[in-house]
Amino acid sequence: MVQPLNYLRESPSQTAGPYVHIGCTPNFSGIEIYGGDLGTTMKTGPVKGQEITIRGKVYDGMGVAMRDALVEVWQADGAGLFPSPAEKRGRADPNFTGWGRSPGDMNTGEFTFKTVKPGQVPFVDGRMQAPHVSFWIVARGINIGLQTRMYFADEADANAVDPVLMRIEHQSRVPTLLAQPESDGTYRFDIHLQGPQETVFFDI
Amino acid sequence: MTDTRDTGFIPRDRAWHPAPYHPPYKTSVKRSPQAALLSMPSTLGEETGPVFGHAMLGELDNDLIHNFAQPGESAIGPRIVVYGRVLDETGRAVPNTLVEFWQANAGGRYRHKKEGYLAPLDPNFGGCGRTVTGEDGSYEFRTVQPGPYPWPNGMNDWRPAHIHFSIFGSGFAQRLITQMYFEGDPLIPLCPIVGTLKDPRAVEALTAPLDMNRTIPMDARAYKFDIVLRGRRQTFFENRMEGM
Repeated sequence: MVQPLNYLRESPSQTAGPYVHIGCTPNFSGIEIYGGDLGTTMKTGPVKGQEITIRGKVYDGMGVAMRDALVEVWQADGAGLFPSPAEKRGRADPNFTGWGRSPGDMNTGEFTFKTVKPGQVPFVDGRMQAPHVSFWIVARGINIGLQTRMYFADEADANAVDPVLMRIEHQSRVPTLLAQPESDGTYRFDIHLQGPQETVFFDI
Repeated sequence: MTDTRDTGFIPRDRAWHPAPYHPPYKTSVKRSPQAALLSMPSTLGEETGPVFGHAMLGELDNDLIHNFAQPGESAIGPRIVVYGRVLDETGRAVPNTLVEFWQANAGGRYRHKKEGYLAPLDPNFGGCGRTVTGEDGSYEFRTVQPGPYPWPNGMNDWRPAHIHFSIFGSGFAQRLITQMYFEGDPLIPLCPIVGTLKDPRAVEALTAPLDMNRTIPMDARAYKFDIVLRGRRQTFFENRMEGM
């Protein structure tokens, strides 16, 4: 026998269930409490950088847009800095929270984030990553929260050398991570849980 | 590729977590990715995350018995305290992190427009609360014990009594949603959602014991629920500095 390593085990995930909005966006659910829902505003004042809106839907394996998902995002500010005490490279934009949470539209399921286009952030070996937004998706039927990233289709040069996108074995799947620009500063990013367009999900 | 930093997260044990595709839980069939996940090391974007201070909390945010009740009223049901600590896999406390919780009322009914169970709403119970952990990772809240309820899956499936938890940690890759079950509930081994966990120890890790020592006499029983988030790799030097 040897000594035990004594690590604790991570609490196992369980589905967020059909009523995740009661807990995470209660005001959206009609439970007026806390003075408002967290994550509805990512910009608390004038922000630096290009202001954008991210819109999209989460589709199940039958191609139906889900109306009971909860989507969260976390991203760097316009200069590539995170509003976090762990950010040692500089001070992030004080009017930008970096974090958003969207319950999706009650009728269409479309999520919306009014944010800024993030700057570039280095990978673990120092190479620059293309601008991206981290996504986390939970819902009834999702047993462990899904992690993915949204990149920008109009950043082709940066995307071509992005250390994460280059790791994707089937390069034909890269477009599942690319948000498409629309005319009014909106980027569309649909997420597909299954099927030929299945989004690349990460184990980070 | 050499990772020269010492802050990356320990990889998640996907065999310990529920399988995304678990046919007895029918909704998972069309909501589970089928391609392999893309493995990658955590970067600054996964090792940082939003920070929520104690200052944003209202006085009753962690008191579900009163936070939706009319003045002078309180929620109906068995009164309990739920308490515990948020730790990481290395055993360190996770301080100042947001913990959100939501649940059905004592009759097993959620306050939600899509909820169809015939049990009545409690006009004094909203069903959600939140708190921020202390320096030692501790948290607690008061509530009423939720009831079990039937749900449309099999023809006669019932959820064991449970409380949903959402926890942040300090990095976005630690983000976790899970459920707490109650010691001794005979519905636990029958539940297709609990059944997503293959290892009986994983079910135990989500089952809160009654703690008579923390009970408030003539008021509320107490259940302990510790939560473990992912840990970070540590170097020898980091450990030494911590100990010095």
